Amino acid sequence: MSEPSTTIILSTSRSNLSAWCACLVALTLLAFAPGHAEAADKVLRKVAVADPYLEMHTGPGRGYPIFNVVDRGDQVEILMQRTNWYQVRTDRGIEGWVDQAQMELTLNPDGSEVEFARATLEDFTNAKWETGILAGDFGGANIVSLYGGYSLNPHVSIEVWGSQILGNFSNGWMGSVNVVHETWPEWRFSPFFTLGAGVIHTSPKSTIIQGEDRTDQVGHVGAGLRIYASRRFLFRAEYKSYVVFTSRDENEEVEEWKVGFAFFF
Amino acid sequence: MESRFRVLFLITCVIMLSGCAATKNLFGIGDDEAPPPSSAPPGEVVDPQVERREIKEPAIDREDFEIGVFAGIMNIEDFGSDASYGVRIAYHVTEGFFVEATAGQSEASLTSFEVLSGGALLFEDRTLTYYNLNLGYNVLPGEVFVGEGRAYNTHFYLIAGLGSTNFADDDRFTVNFGAGFRFLLTDSVAIRLDFRDHLFDSDILGREKTTHNLEGTIGVTMFF
Repeated sequence: MSEPSTTIILSTSRSNLSAWCACLVALTLLAFAPGHAEAADKVLRKVAVADPYLEMHTGPGRGYPIFNVVDRGDQVEILMQRTNWYQVRTDRGIEGWVDQAQMELTLNPDGSEVEFARATLEDFTNAKWETGILAGDFGGANIVSLYGGYSLNPHVSIEVWGSQILGNFSNGWMGSVNVVHETWPEWRFSPFFTLGAGVIHTSPKSTIIQGEDRTDQVGHVGAGLRIYASRRFLFRAEYKSYVVFTSRDENEEVEEWKVGFAFFF
Repeated sequence: MESRFRVLFLITCVIMLSGCAATKNLFGIGDDEAPPPSSAPPGEVVDPQVERREIKEPAIDREDFEIGVFAGIMNIEDFGSDASYGVRIAYHVTEGFFVEATAGQSEASLTSFEVLSGGALLFEDRTLTYYNLNLGYNVLPGEVFVGEGRAYNTHFYLIAGLGSTNFADDDRFTVNFGAGFRFLLTDSVAIRLDFRDHLFDSDILGREKTTHNLEGTIGVTMFF
């Protein structure tokens, strides 16, 4: 077995492209992927094969054929990662894709084991940021929602929601800020309770109802379930009961049911 | 009597010394333990004076996002076909699943009634805009071959999602589904062909009905 030599650090020109794209999209995605903005001075990581061999596929997927095998002791450079596949380049310049299970059996140049970040149930409990989309029923109308959340601790998080409401008689949008409490955040099926306030804007459809656009304040309570699926992926279902503080004599009560999916990072 | 005191004194001493045994090294009196015998002659003992280098592992470039533009033709039910274009961003969760947000725009042509009536428009704002949030699955990943020496990775995917369509001064809840083909020119650049059906309810022509609005587009996307 050839002794792993020192870490060879190569700069890469293709990262410039990534950096530009990252800048563009970072504005829209906010902190969706904090790692991308640091692409300016990227160096390639080198690992040594510790398994009897490393299988290189022609594409990042199980079905793509194996076209090259790297022997134990040889080194490969990691060019990039897509889902749980790694694109590597051998000393002879051959490029191919290796899955995460095999990459975890490689060694760093100093002989230590390589650790690859893999989102787990623990990250589901402790991740700081979360974003997702949900759709459902809002008092008989359809609702499509997008939200972003930040965890103050594993139990308590703050969420900002934006929703579009699409009904037969009126359309509208709603924005709200929520406090969410998870009683058992370490559970795969994690129930939560939520409390929030916001603003709802309603515009009646002119063809059916003669009415004016209204903007009212809303308050709500709710409960739901976060279900860890895999990697950074979770399903979410929730019920919220809204009180719309109208300028009329009576407040309006609206019930909402939604399901959707989200990511944490 | 004297011997009894002596015995008592000795017992006390033994107890105290055993109690002090743990602290004997504090006073340097416990050095009677011989150092390990250095049988090897000096010079053979390897003393690795290696300074550990702080190697900061470079982060691996993750390319799970896909962003791109597309253009094509959209057929708006009752309003003919016109050009459509838009943008999309996708996140690849696994090698199979991806989520995608799309925003697009098209123009409504004239209905038969509007053509025959000679200029009377049903409504003024003829622009249709939509957005949707989708879940896709690369159901048939594969390779295509160009000539003898070139192979390109491809995905045939199914996709469906929810969103909203703004058309004729009205927002409508919209369901869309379809299929597409992703042709990866390089590992980071792809050409995409996409076919979707956008379903939303419409009462523009009097009676409320569910409309099917078919769209076929070609686009370029980039992974980052």
